Amino acid sequence: MEQLTHLKELEAESIYILREVAAQFEHPCILFSGGKDSIVLTYLAYKAFYPAKLPFPLVHIDTGHNFPETLTYRDSLVEKLGADLVVGYVQDSIDQGKVTEEKGYSASRNKLQTVTLLDTLAEHKFDCACGGARRDEEKARAKERIFSHRDEFGQWNPKNQRPELWDLYNAKKDVGEHFRAFPISNWTEMDVWQYIYQEGIELPSLYYTHRRKCFLRDGQWLAADPPFIPRRESETVVEKEVRCRTIGDVTCTGLTLSHAHRLEDIITEIAASRVTERGGRADDKRSETAMEDRKKQGYF
Amino acid sequence: MKLLRFSTAGSVDDGKSTLIGRLLYDSKSIFEDQMEEAEKASRSRGNEEVNLALFTDGLRAEREQGITIDVAYRYFATPKRKFIIADTPGHIQYTRNMVTGASTTDLAIILVDARHGVMEQTVRHSWLVSLLGIKEIVVCVNKMDLVDFQEDVFLQIKQAYLEMAKSFCRAHITFIPISAKLGDNVVNASSNMPWYEGKALLDFLETVEIERSSDDHFRMCVQWVDRPISSKWPDFRGYTGRICQGEIKVGDRILVQPSGLYSNVTGILLGEKSLSSAVCGQSIVLTLSDDIDISRGDVLVSAEGCQANEASTVALDICWLRPEPLLPGKRYLIRHATQEVQGIVKEIVYKVNISTLEKESSISSLTMNDIARVILKTASPLIFEYYQNNRTLGSLIFIDPGTNDTVGAGMIVPEAL
Repeated sequence: MEQLTHLKELEAESIYILREVAAQFEHPCILFSGGKDSIVLTYLAYKAFYPAKLPFPLVHIDTGHNFPETLTYRDSLVEKLGADLVVGYVQDSIDQGKVTEEKGYSASRNKLQTVTLLDTLAEHKFDCACGGARRDEEKARAKERIFSHRDEFGQWNPKNQRPELWDLYNAKKDVGEHFRAFPISNWTEMDVWQYIYQEGIELPSLYYTHRRKCFLRDGQWLAADPPFIPRRESETVVEKEVRCRTIGDVTCTGLTLSHAHRLEDIITEIAASRVTERGGRADDKRSETAMEDRKKQGYF
Repeated sequence: MKLLRFSTAGSVDDGKSTLIGRLLYDSKSIFEDQMEEAEKASRSRGNEEVNLALFTDGLRAEREQGITIDVAYRYFATPKRKFIIADTPGHIQYTRNMVTGASTTDLAIILVDARHGVMEQTVRHSWLVSLLGIKEIVVCVNKMDLVDFQEDVFLQIKQAYLEMAKSFCRAHITFIPISAKLGDNVVNASSNMPWYEGKALLDFLETVEIERSSDDHFRMCVQWVDRPISSKWPDFRGYTGRICQGEIKVGDRILVQPSGLYSNVTGILLGEKSLSSAVCGQSIVLTLSDDIDISRGDVLVSAEGCQANEASTVALDICWLRPEPLLPGKRYLIRHATQEVQGIVKEIVYKVNISTLEKESSISSLTMNDIARVILKTASPLIFEYYQNNRTLGSLIFIDPGTNDTVGAGMIVPEAL
């Protein structure tokens, strides 16, 4: 009997996981950022339940520092799929005094998202949030389960994660606890790109080469437009042809110099690339265990 | 391109993490910034060369202690194949992690230190891997550089391993002499061992064909019933699941277990695409010609050939995963395929002494890492196949209703008469 290609097998596994989420939880949701991973995740969810509509809403935590292209894309996708959208605003958390805005040149609202995320999940009583995280992205995610238990503080304790055998997922929990589910855990960055190409999935224009005003800091190109990043006098603004390989908000997205306009060219560039996907994410550079520490605080 | 999932097991000092680091490094899968980081971390820890193990040790505590505690999944691809590695610890106290990692894999790499040969750990891991139904084992005799690359040492170990494994192992076993640290026979062939005529490890991994089950009777566990109830799809009712055996075609006749009702397949959907047939491994939606009652937990099988087994009493090979003991008579929640039922262990038939492989009887309870044969009774019948024939329909987990934790892993076996 013909064995499936790796993309077909990964797709089948992710759809299986999404259906388990729907069956084992009361109020699941999909964390949507507008990044390629959450886009592929949403697309897989659409496939998993078709012809029924997505049985759970998309949740977007808006730092207020997004590229406008991300928001446009999000809104048109929601309309196309007939999905429900829930938005949590980091600005609200700041106004409520729950978090304090960072100051300085490397200020970012990335860390603040965690509080808004947990509040939004609690407010809507979501008992499972599906994310597009992959295990190959970063060291701390290599250990992550597919159904990842979070305590009542939203915290991830590496010592308490349940053994996950075969394709059996244990979603049992006590009141106040919730889960994160990661249906594309076994996909690599290349798998995601290949799938996008194979399926003809539309992406926000940021992923493709475009001209943008940017500046150089510590060897990394960052966006000067929109102007969310405080800039030093010495950091001159120039216009460059760039694209984003991975998208956070403006303050933590590195721009890659590129002339790749077509998807095939982007994929070729990535295959030849010697820097990991998250190498361009300023949020991971802060310390060796940055991601792990953020996870313990319930970020993702 | 196909996908191969394999596990790696070995003692803390056998060089397992170094081997994986070597596979990733030599196949150019480690990107510049990861290499930079590992070099930086190596230097700050006082290591002279890059400690390749640092690529796979992620958590803070592990990096400090220098050992792997949990299952780490690593990914790499060559032009020929995509690989998923389940990297598991060697310490006996983490047997549960090894079982977890190995459960999703088709091939196991077992490392043996050339200086020490077959040890208690080797026996235990080999036994476990066989228990989990892995059909391909690669025994890598590592640190050949420390025994002067002698062929005699390699052959002695090979002999000892085969002797040890013959009583329980039905897998296909391949032996490769390597040095993970220097790279010999990992990705590149070794010039230090001209007497070895087999493949280097990566070449073997790229070309091995995993034996698939010959049973092709259709089986699919119903996960979720798709009911759009929209103006566009007013009457649509589709049964979703992942085919775990055989194939299905539009027009095929199927039987629903346990209800015993029959129907015909009128449609197969995968997303928006209508298929005329689907194969094992695919996640699909089936529509049927009859309006019958089907729900999550039911199993759809081919109307031809034998049905899946149905029973409330089954024999299991289990691995207990937590320190809280398994108590016969205690109620557990059993998750099996898409079913969830209450279950009680009626009897511990025997426990396996993993060092001697002897069966010990008169056992009153089991604790973490114990492997045993038990009789399980469930509140309603399980619909199953024996684990050796079908992993999805033959595997289950025990959930402790008090802690919600996954406490045991079981594989359904034919009852000894």
